[in-house]
Amino acid sequence: MHSVVCIKQVPDSSQIRVHPVTNTIMRQGVPAIINPYDLFALEAALKLKDRYGGRVTALCMGPPQAEAALRKALSFGADEAILVTDRAFAGSDTLATSFALASAIRQIQRDMAVDIVFTGKQTIDGDTAQVGPGVAKRLDLQLLTYVSNIDEVDLERGEIVVQRRAEGGVQVLKTRLPALVTVLEGINEMRFATLDDMFRAARYPLKVWNREQAGIEDVARIGLKGSPTVVAKVFAPQARRERAELIETHSGASSDVAATLLAKLFTRYPQVKAQVERQAL
Amino acid sequence: MSEQAPSPPARPTGRRKVELDPRLAAYKGVWVFIEHERGAAHQVSFELLGEGRKLADALGVELAGVVMGAPGEATRRFCAQAFHYGADLCYLVEDPILAEYRNEPYTRGLTDLVNVFQPEILLLGATTLGRDLAGSVATTLQTGLTADCTELNIDPENRSLAATRPTFGGSLLCTIQTLNYRPQMATVRPRVMSLPEPDTGRSGRIVEHPLGLVETDIVTKVLEFIPDQNRDQAQLAYADIIVSGGRGLKRPENFQLIWDLAKVLGAEVGASRPVTQAGWVSADRQVGQTGKTVRPKLYIAAGISGAIQHRVGMEASDVIIAINEDPAAPIFDFATYGIVGNAMQILPALTEAFRQHLATARKAG
Repeated sequence: MHSVVCIKQVPDSSQIRVHPVTNTIMRQGVPAIINPYDLFALEAALKLKDRYGGRVTALCMGPPQAEAALRKALSFGADEAILVTDRAFAGSDTLATSFALASAIRQIQRDMAVDIVFTGKQTIDGDTAQVGPGVAKRLDLQLLTYVSNIDEVDLERGEIVVQRRAEGGVQVLKTRLPALVTVLEGINEMRFATLDDMFRAARYPLKVWNREQAGIEDVARIGLKGSPTVVAKVFAPQARRERAELIETHSGASSDVAATLLAKLFTRYPQVKAQVERQAL
Repeated sequence: MSEQAPSPPARPTGRRKVELDPRLAAYKGVWVFIEHERGAAHQVSFELLGEGRKLADALGVELAGVVMGAPGEATRRFCAQAFHYGADLCYLVEDPILAEYRNEPYTRGLTDLVNVFQPEILLLGATTLGRDLAGSVATTLQTGLTADCTELNIDPENRSLAATRPTFGGSLLCTIQTLNYRPQMATVRPRVMSLPEPDTGRSGRIVEHPLGLVETDIVTKVLEFIPDQNRDQAQLAYADIIVSGGRGLKRPENFQLIWDLAKVLGAEVGASRPVTQAGWVSADRQVGQTGKTVRPKLYIAAGISGAIQHRVGMEASDVIIAINEDPAAPIFDFATYGIVGNAMQILPALTEAFRQHLATARKAG
């Protein structure tokens, strides 16, 4: 059983601030983390290894400092870590990114067959959920998105049964390996790294591949050139509304405040009054 | 699927004036994928038809719905509904293989339709189905796809689609264009666009197209579908009244005050991310960038500061009432009414005021 887990290093979006004057992202001091959804993917791969044996390869495309994300993955128990990094990747959109990752996975497959490629359901910086399906199509893998449980893997028959979150329910799907699985949050809980694994991860000779080593000959398929989408502009959300009318009363008593609010609300917004009465009656 | 060269040669990007490759200039029309599961169309498809109508009118082209499904009355009904919500025509692919959604046959069917009938814009809902399908189709067609858009316009400079989406967790917006590739694809979340008034007198023409697959071609099988016990998710996104609580409620027990008010109003309960992360309520009640987008008539936010991540999920509400102790909380910058005060005292008073009003209204009615 050989799984490849695609991970991405992302800025911790909960700590990002926008510069109030220039409307640019202030990245300084924002910690870089493994995309949280990818940790569920890594754990899913490690669980399968616990059960069936085999290997887990962590794969990351990004700048040289993304090495830290891969060392973290190693400390959790990944057997191998590959960083694909090249200036030529700069500006890649989801289509170009899926091309680069698929090429790298093809290189990995030359050494050892891959049964499952795992990704998180999406990243917290891009939020697109497009790279997983893109990689699956390029490698002709069966695509299983939003997987909430892996029910069964039958390596002899080369089959997998999963539960997939759909609108209004869960689909139980059976398909053939190799497959690409995008993992839903909450599928599992990430294990703790052992001290031994942390030492191993720190010393591990990480593989670093440039564009050629990742098997990409055509630079027109990656980076800005390989990206059909163009960012035309970036801007701060405009205040579409005015400042709230503050409800204040002389007494300041909560009951007076509530009564005043209701009177104003129902006078100015009769449709809300009608909705409240219709819904509650 | 094997690799194919991108249909147009790559060109320097970043320019806004574009001379489109003549092969791509032939791509005409705006398409909306009509999503349906278990016999009902997803409302996001109709919201998209409303938006698609505006885009098609701006371009002076036709608006089409794309309906794929098992042969039969139910599937045809989705075409009729698409006409009611603004489509001029429908592309219809009927095959028993399409009875339940699976990536493989749906990707194949939609990709074939695009290659044969060549639309310039293709829109899908940013649902689990829509994102699964859109990512696969865009890669197969080697074209651009913009996820989770909040606004769609036509760039008057070059008649291309200008798709605006939140980025960096909602802190910024960016406008993305697909200049030298067709179709231009985008997904839009449910409830971001408003639902148009249906016109049941409207009709249109149906263009049928075969799928050209047999079941044995399809590797993935659906063994079972387990419907949700709790259809909560849909209810929150489409609720007309929502009472939401945030970290300002301080303790999980205090969240009961939100439930109390919601009960009196017959409202749905929402929450901000810190509250769902802390486990005070289930994650499917989270409103915001990484949760649900809502657009109720009335949104009551208690103890929610109004960070941009929450704001993008609820800003389209008609009336927003904000209760917060901190007069500098950003939520007061865009709420309709604000109460600066302790939510633990205001919420019970508000619940009582609504209860009294409703008791009086009941007597009168």
